Amino acid sequence: MKKINILGATALLSIVFAGTAIAQTGKPFIHDPSTIMECDGKYYTFGTGGGGLISEDGWTWNGGGVRPGGGAAPDAIKIGDRYLVIYGATGGGLGGRHNGRILTMWNKTLDPNSPDFKYTEAIEVASSDGDEDCDAIDPGLLLDPTTGRLWCSYGTYFGFIRLVELDPKTGKRVEGNKAIDIAIDCEATDLEYRDGWYYLLGTHGTCCDGANSTYNIVVGRSKSITGPYLDNMGRDMIKGGGKMVVAAGGRVTGPGHFGRTILEDGVEKMSCHYEADLDQSGRSVLGIRPLLWKNGWPVAGDNFKEGTYEIESERRGYALELVVDFVRMAGGMRGFGRNNDEPIKPVPSQQLEDVIGTWPKGNIGVRIGDYMFRPHQKWTITAVPEAGGYLGGPYYKIVIAGTDRALAATADAEVITVPAFTGAPEQLWRIDQLTDGTYRIMPKVVPNSKEKLALVSSGDSTPTLAPFDMDSDNSKWNFRSH
Amino acid sequence: MITMNIKTKTFFLSVSTLILVGLGLHGYSETQGGTTNGSAQSGTKPSITEYFSPASTKKMTPDADGFIQRWSLLEPINKPNRGNTVFVDSYLRNAFDTLYFANQFTIVPKNGEKVKVGEQELTWHALESKKFNVKLFRFASGLEKQMYGVLFWAVTVVNCPQEMKNVRMAVGSNSASMWWLNGKEALLLSGDRRMVMDDCVSPRLTLKKGKNIIRGAVINGPGMSDFCVRFLDENGQPIKDITITNE
Repeated sequence: MKKINILGATALLSIVFAGTAIAQTGKPFIHDPSTIMECDGKYYTFGTGGGGLISEDGWTWNGGGVRPGGGAAPDAIKIGDRYLVIYGATGGGLGGRHNGRILTMWNKTLDPNSPDFKYTEAIEVASSDGDEDCDAIDPGLLLDPTTGRLWCSYGTYFGFIRLVELDPKTGKRVEGNKAIDIAIDCEATDLEYRDGWYYLLGTHGTCCDGANSTYNIVVGRSKSITGPYLDNMGRDMIKGGGKMVVAAGGRVTGPGHFGRTILEDGVEKMSCHYEADLDQSGRSVLGIRPLLWKNGWPVAGDNFKEGTYEIESERRGYALELVVDFVRMAGGMRGFGRNNDEPIKPVPSQQLEDVIGTWPKGNIGVRIGDYMFRPHQKWTITAVPEAGGYLGGPYYKIVIAGTDRALAATADAEVITVPAFTGAPEQLWRIDQLTDGTYRIMPKVVPNSKEKLALVSSGDSTPTLAPFDMDSDNSKWNFRSH
Repeated sequence: MITMNIKTKTFFLSVSTLILVGLGLHGYSETQGGTTNGSAQSGTKPSITEYFSPASTKKMTPDADGFIQRWSLLEPINKPNRGNTVFVDSYLRNAFDTLYFANQFTIVPKNGEKVKVGEQELTWHALESKKFNVKLFRFASGLEKQMYGVLFWAVTVVNCPQEMKNVRMAVGSNSASMWWLNGKEALLLSGDRRMVMDDCVSPRLTLKKGKNIIRGAVINGPGMSDFCVRFLDENGQPIKDITITNE
């Protein structure tokens, strides 16, 4: 577990899905990204071969990270006020052998422009001799929050995944510590802890074959750090067990090398690389997506898909809507005792043009009401690329479908709609899928305020802005397509 | 990590990287070995004795999870493949339908029996795996045989005290494999696979009273070949009230 803190008018009359921004923007080209670290307001991840990516906002990534030593598949963790970087100095047989070496090194900062930026001399903490059933590369770190002990899993398909203990003060191998075999059939492993369970996440499938790579991430869990790590069927990962966390989807294939980032209670992200992003020349790219926990198992959430939705309150199930007159549709109840042999014909849905003339032209308030798939309840949500982003996603505008009428935060911490989207920061929204699968919706800013507030239900029918509370359904929303 | 690169380069360089244990099937020693259940000793050169012992005539049942550990294994047939991406169904059916040696689909070999495959003279070895799985990679390395670009054949005999209906053969293999029960195809594991217990399971089968011949073929390019086999009853529970022989 690596916890970090951050501050964090196209007319569409029908349900559409304009696309999914799955990978990050910029030049997010990387393989085997280490767990994302935050350092002085920027984000960092390192990859195979050395170097790494840096992001100012967590959404746009570019090169510039510095990680000496070459080799493969690093990981990183912040312990106290220092960062511990671990990597396989070799390449997992890249030289034709499986003589692996895993090394650790410290740095006070990850910012290569900082005067404090200087790695300590790398220390070997594990190795393989080329013949044994293990290849000592692909390390992953866990600082056990219950004991303060530091653990490292490592290995590939060449034999076993092994577990060793390191000294969290020095980054060295604990004296006398012997490696333990904990899994087979995976590589690029990572360890996590949550609610009394230790989780071992491994990358299964075939690597490094572009669009044909079958890489996927699987998991087993144990009550003990030393295992056995069992999957949902009770299969031990030492016998190949593993429950799927994330596989190919959309236009990206081969997710591998899991990393977990806890932003705050209920808001978690997972990082990985995709072996091929078909929208980016089939290159290997950084992926960041929500991390969900279902029945005690981690599973990748979906990055938000642009489209037109009902925005449903988790509190009661009512829908976010404009404060406008409810316009009745033609007809009423057909009545009892009518001839059921009369021809059946569809009744057209109410259209925007049927009602928009009744709406005020200026600002219109927002409330929550029974969803009736009426125009004042349908919201089109699209990314605003020039507005930047946050860890894992871009900012969005939320407008009434078929209009430019935009949802906005007010200076008194309420929500309204303005007649036209202007790009003002209070009209930009951050959308995070939560660990239970529901969503948090937050304005980029609340005017004249530094508070981090989210869209919440203050009553069944009344929205407002207030601090996010993962323990309350008031803070949670669903996006429903109909 | 970089598996395909690893595997490919390992394959190319496999001959030069072999560190040979130097043990044949005669003169087994039970004193060697470094890896024990649940623990690992870094830097220990694997010995074939860590993985196998010669098959005996003692009564043998599956292990506690139902895995079959007594097998006759044929030394690897040279079957060059630079990668495993070729292991699509049609390729495999052709590869496994090819007749490599006489009586390939009927033989119940004796320990030490030899067959001719092209220019190769290969020997059958009657073995008992010390693991739940059969580490073909270590079988090959221990015999100083090639480990990559290979096709292995395996045979065992399951003895049933009575007819067992609605059972399933459950197999995991690295990489692709095909399996037969009493001469009839039971299942095919295609693609670039890793050995996962119960990865593929056959349709419902009947184990007849008495001897049942299990035959398997495992193909691999650049990978650590192995397999695991067990039978499951109609409730998905492992079948253990059977005995395993080599004849």
